[in-house]
Amino acid sequence: MNPLNGGWPIEILLVEDNTDEAQLTMDVLKEGRIRNRVHWVEDGEEAMAFLRRQGRHAAAPRPDLILLDLKLPRLGGQEVLAEIKQSPLWKRIPVVIMTSSDDEKDILSAYDRHANCYVTKPIDIDKFMEAVRGIEEFWMTVVRLPAA
Amino acid sequence: MPGTADQPSVQILLVEDSPDDADLMVEALRDSNLNLCITVAEDGEIAMNYLLRKGTYAAAPRPDLILLDLHLPRKNGHEVLAEIKQDAVLHRIPVIILTASDNEQAILTAYDLHANCCVSKPVDQDQFAQAVKKIEYFWLHVARRLRSLDNGREE
Repeated sequence: MNPLNGGWPIEILLVEDNTDEAQLTMDVLKEGRIRNRVHWVEDGEEAMAFLRRQGRHAAAPRPDLILLDLKLPRLGGQEVLAEIKQSPLWKRIPVVIMTSSDDEKDILSAYDRHANCYVTKPIDIDKFMEAVRGIEEFWMTVVRLPAA
Repeated sequence: MPGTADQPSVQILLVEDSPDDADLMVEALRDSNLNLCITVAEDGEIAMNYLLRKGTYAAAPRPDLILLDLHLPRKNGHEVLAEIKQDAVLHRIPVIILTASDNEQAILTAYDLHANCCVSKPVDQDQFAQAVKKIEYFWLHVARRLRSLDNGREE
């Protein structure tokens, strides 16, 4: 269904400062049906450097999907989201917000900045993995991602 | 298990001109365990009148989710999408684009206009029903829904 999985892995940029949660997310994505490659960065500045292919990210691929935490060091998730969605180069890349915040204000601000969707990370590990599986299943097998 | 009437309802707006496709989608959503209220708009003008609460739609509820076909009479899907995403309140509603089109450009344009996601309509009916169920599961169970669209804004 998805033209992107015709042999090419789906490139995912994971922006997450919590090592345990990043590891858990990558473990779940690795088990997914669709071949994917996760690029993990730990803060907002690093996420922008990845997109701009700066420094150690000179050979970074263009991500097909971005999983973005909101509470990040250096540059916050809402700022990263705003930069992506204001850029003619990157605005089409789907951004899935994954955050522990259940605050309605954060959800509204994320949608105001054109987040593609907002998922609250459950604290329970099994439920957390189920949520990541839900994201994987939907965004990689049901959605038609933009080709460029 | 079907939803019960005492649960708060979840409003879905289906913008679809093909009665067959609309029936299939409504049928696929019947298995939801939420109390879904589905409204079908047959063209883009009706969809916008409903969303903007014009005329007979003055009391229309705000949808929690919009499923929008791209090929529509009167006002096409891209135009409806652009109007929703430029509106100060409506832009917060997730819009799922459904398209039979293999036209990559139509999909890119939809993402540029801030579609929340695009889903191809499979030709096979069972696969189409499955896709609709997966949309329901992801957007109403995995993704976090807004409690109220109008928070912090004057209408």
